[in-house]
Amino acid sequence: MISNSKEVLDFVDRLVRIDRLGAEKIFNAVREQGSMSRTVDQLILPALEVIGNGWEEGTVALAQVYMSSRICEELMTHVPPDDAAEHLGNLPMAIAVLEDYHQLGKIIISACLRASGYSFQDYGRVTPEELAQKIVEDSIEIVLISTLMLRSALLVKEVKDLLAKSGSSARIVVGGAPFRFDPQLWQEVGADAMGANATEAVAAIATCMSRK
Amino acid sequence: MADGQQDLPMTSMERVLTTLGHQEPDRVPLFLLVTMHGAKELGLSIKEYFSKAEYVVEGQLRMLEKYRHDCLYPFFYAAIEPEAFGSETIWFEDGPPNSGAPVIRSEHDIRSLQVPDIENSCLNRVLETTRALKKEVGDRVPIIGVAISPFSLPVMQMGFPAYIELMYDQPALFQQLMEVNQEFCVRWANAQVEAGATAICYFDPLTSPTITAPGEHLQKGFAIAQQTLGRIQSPTAFHLASGKTLSVVDEVLAAGSAALGVSTSEDLEEVKAVCKGRITVLGNLNGVEMRRWTPQQAKEKVREAIQKAGAGGGFILSDNHGEIPWQVSEEVLLAISEAVHQWGTYPLTDC
Repeated sequence: MISNSKEVLDFVDRLVRIDRLGAEKIFNAVREQGSMSRTVDQLILPALEVIGNGWEEGTVALAQVYMSSRICEELMTHVPPDDAAEHLGNLPMAIAVLEDYHQLGKIIISACLRASGYSFQDYGRVTPEELAQKIVEDSIEIVLISTLMLRSALLVKEVKDLLAKSGSSARIVVGGAPFRFDPQLWQEVGADAMGANATEAVAAIATCMSRK
Repeated sequence: MADGQQDLPMTSMERVLTTLGHQEPDRVPLFLLVTMHGAKELGLSIKEYFSKAEYVVEGQLRMLEKYRHDCLYPFFYAAIEPEAFGSETIWFEDGPPNSGAPVIRSEHDIRSLQVPDIENSCLNRVLETTRALKKEVGDRVPIIGVAISPFSLPVMQMGFPAYIELMYDQPALFQQLMEVNQEFCVRWANAQVEAGATAICYFDPLTSPTITAPGEHLQKGFAIAQQTLGRIQSPTAFHLASGKTLSVVDEVLAAGSAALGVSTSEDLEEVKAVCKGRITVLGNLNGVEMRRWTPQQAKEKVREAIQKAGAGGGFILSDNHGEIPWQVSEEVLLAISEAVHQWGTYPLTDC
């Protein structure tokens, strides 16, 4: 990745200022120079990484992370599906929130995943039982669970146990406030990885894929 | 009724007022912001506990005696405010209730939004609780009411994503929503003050730079805070509910608050240095991590916080978010209390 290239930094600047037209102009210029996979690798992912790190460091606000993700998602609506699938493989993947009405984290991650060319199932708001059942039915191999409330984070353990009972080896990537405030929590509930932000979640997927 | 302080020369109220005056009281005040734990005290479900003012009154008084802390906290749950606007509340056995589907789903809903009648809504249970607590403790123990800021309330009224997009894309409609919410916030806070609340904790996570980008929107959040706090008839504490504070201390001060809730992701010593003599620091024990602390770890965390921020007054020990999670054990809460009584006595020679 070339996360400090001028194009990326200009793109980041447009995204965090919610300058949709400016961002689109840079996106199109990079797209014209090469394939969509190259645009994802050299522009979208590095930019989202810079923005995610900025949130960690306190230089970027959550509202900017959200709007940047949505703009990237909008730009990627023109991506030919086959191009993205060829780029990232076709691993059965899903995203969900557990009994929690706060959907922002899931929306940001979903937007980043789409902008990065991933395809996945969105299960919305589910109970641990519903989630485990859907994972088994759809032969999901990686599930991303976004949480805001502590009690929702603790429910991941229940999902893990239900998956083990049903013989599923799906890997669980978790994220959200409880896991950020208690860095040991993701291991305690039996998750396979934790993403402190959207780009870390995408990186965690790549790690899980490499272990498959 | 005991406030747990008979063996000390200061009442909780005196202790807190001395601290707010940036002087050293007899010991560091402790605001153990326990809400749902009152249900455990009474052997009730969380839903049942919050169904009657008398339960919350009894729970708060029992916890005051058990944990020997320095405030009463008649805050029920955050979702009660959108509930007053007509939103559904979803209950859980082991955590605070959530707001259900957003009550604002369209532009029309914003244009027709009305300030709810506080006395004839679910909020009246909070007022009844506050009145009864005031009758019990008089001026010996501060009673801390809560009002969610006009700027942050829409997260529960319409959902976070839709609200962010409204901010960026429809400034006129955003302004209309702020006007209704501001009027509600002022009326709601002042109703609690009239019922006996000593101070109002103004919860405003969205005016943290963690959530809202520096610039137009963050400035708007603070402008709204300044206008709103200026109309609340009691002292206020500004709480960013885990959001970062350091870069906005001046803005919080300008808004007119007496205390600032500090995130656990910030260094308490650094924040205290910036706030010293200007605004009282409230914080910042990690409420999420607290769940798995041993009593010894809890004591060490308290000791560390007092070492960092206790000197010179202007510091109230509390959690970082404004509510202790249900999963935190009584054993840990007792250890926190014991530690502040052990190490928080001024002058801080043993700390």
